[in-house]
Amino acid sequence: MGGPAAAALDWGPLFLALRLAAVTTAILLLLGTPLAWWLARSRAPWRPAVEALVALPLVLPPTVLGFYLLIALGPGGPLGQAWAALGGGPLAFTFSGLVIGSVLYSLPFVVQPLETAFAGLGRAPLEAAAALGAAPWDRFLTVAVPLARRGFLSAAVLGFAHTLGEFGVVLMIGGNVPGRTRVVSIAVYDHVEALEYAAAHRLSAVLLAVSFLLLLAVFAAGRANRLGPR
Amino acid sequence: MTGVEVRLRLARGAFTLDASFTAPERGVTAVFGASGAGKSTLLRAMAGLERGDGRVAVGDEVWQDSAAGRFLPTHRRPLGYVFQEAVLFDHLSVAGNLGYALVRTPRERRRVGLDQAVAQLGLGALLDRRPEGLSGGERQRVAMARALLRSPDQLHLDEPMSALDAPARAEILPYLERLHRELAVPVLYVSHSREEVLRLADHLVLLEGGRVAATGPLTGLGASLALAGAAAEDDDAGTMADAVVAGHDEEYALSWLEVGGLRVTLPRVDAAPGEVRRLRFHARDVSLARHRPEATSILNVFPARVVELRPAGPSQVLAVLRLAATGGGEGVPLLASITRRSAAVLELAPGDEVWAQVKAVALVGRPTAAAAPAPPPARP
Repeated sequence: MGGPAAAALDWGPLFLALRLAAVTTAILLLLGTPLAWWLARSRAPWRPAVEALVALPLVLPPTVLGFYLLIALGPGGPLGQAWAALGGGPLAFTFSGLVIGSVLYSLPFVVQPLETAFAGLGRAPLEAAAALGAAPWDRFLTVAVPLARRGFLSAAVLGFAHTLGEFGVVLMIGGNVPGRTRVVSIAVYDHVEALEYAAAHRLSAVLLAVSFLLLLAVFAAGRANRLGPR
Repeated sequence: MTGVEVRLRLARGAFTLDASFTAPERGVTAVFGASGAGKSTLLRAMAGLERGDGRVAVGDEVWQDSAAGRFLPTHRRPLGYVFQEAVLFDHLSVAGNLGYALVRTPRERRRVGLDQAVAQLGLGALLDRRPEGLSGGERQRVAMARALLRSPDQLHLDEPMSALDAPARAEILPYLERLHRELAVPVLYVSHSREEVLRLADHLVLLEGGRVAATGPLTGLGASLALAGAAAEDDDAGTMADAVVAGHDEEYALSWLEVGGLRVTLPRVDAAPGEVRRLRFHARDVSLARHRPEATSILNVFPARVVELRPAGPSQVLAVLRLAATGGGEGVPLLASITRRSAAVLELAPGDEVWAQVKAVALVGRPTAAAAPAPPPARP
């Protein structure tokens, strides 16, 4: 499925990266929201340990994370075997494997803005909602989520943009399978290695523009929120 | 007749709340005390926001009974709660904030409609506004309307005026007074302001260090002495009475009010005969005489009996009196702040009959409960 004409811009890796980022962000919002809620409110003694685990991808070299994932997801690894036992195909060097890796790698970028937003709410609005007859789920959906909407926006965009730009983890567990795991960052690397600077330029410029626009959207939304009482 | 019954215990670090009291089913119960006495904690525990041990019953409903393993979570307790800070939902308009309470109140228990709450708190012009744009007083009015729209069985007001400046307080107070008068549910009003308590409350729960130091009707002797004792300034002791306007002397611009079979004269009160007004007798305005004073400029002179003499500082004595009762009952309580020397010269002792001269009577406001000052009428 690789790009037919070598000279034209090869959109495949870009679309693959966008698809990976979208799927990863969706999963991260689903998993990260309850996790951030718990982190923001829990006083459990093991909370710092969980927090440290979530933040680990911030400091760990992506290749280290990717290496462990490769071992875990491989046919002989625990996750790979469990997945196979459930009837799943191989994980390493597949799009599914990339999603798993990206979810772990971008976790802190989604969880931390959400946690900050939830912690910033304080308990007062939720207590007020309880006193007005709202059950816990109701309070969460009608008070906590709307009041933390800035945090959700930041989390989604940071998670998306960060996944779009990842390289090391993808390289380790995805390899470089055109159409399946060859995302834009890898494609750029390939082009440079092959001294195809023009192609590398084109892809890099697109990625640069997309990332800038995403961040611009976040900061513009933040500004509108601060200025407009609407 | 059922009111509010509370027996709660709760430890928070070094502080322990251990409070038991009952409050009438109508009218305002002031939860009064110094800061740190546990007033807010008590209200929070009653609302289920803090988990205390014990029992909370309002009317026929038991909200909590540790012995029976019952604990209704806050959202299932039919209460209205107004916090110190209004705590409006900033992502909703004023109308949205009000609607939040209304849609969560089952249709069959709704007693307060949106229009009624909006009218009662004067919110008509604010409905489309966002909470950020409101003044402190406006925010608190929205919070009160929102609490009312729960159609609560009990209303909790946790120092609703403490975060407001003086003009905003003045703006809120009339709404509070009206609210209390018109509401047929018990109101628990936390305050550390004696002035607010005297003006708004009917019943007192005095907290000291997490315990109930005194409780009773605000016009009773117990509450008066408790309040006198809790006052930082000793010279502000006094008693309260809810009196019925009996008539006016238009020539001299005076009014007569009756309480406990006695007739009190005051500068013309703007109220029709039959209306109830709350009076405050400051102890410093009351003097005592052994014999009936004659040819005196003081209009209010009543026969009284000395109940107790309490030392109040190096030179003063607080004389606890009961005015001679004609209509039955114990007689209206009265406090007189006199010098120790006068007490010695008059050879005052408990049980003595004296004459109390009241130099000035302050009109505090209108009592909030509709109950007449006479013993409460029996109710089915």
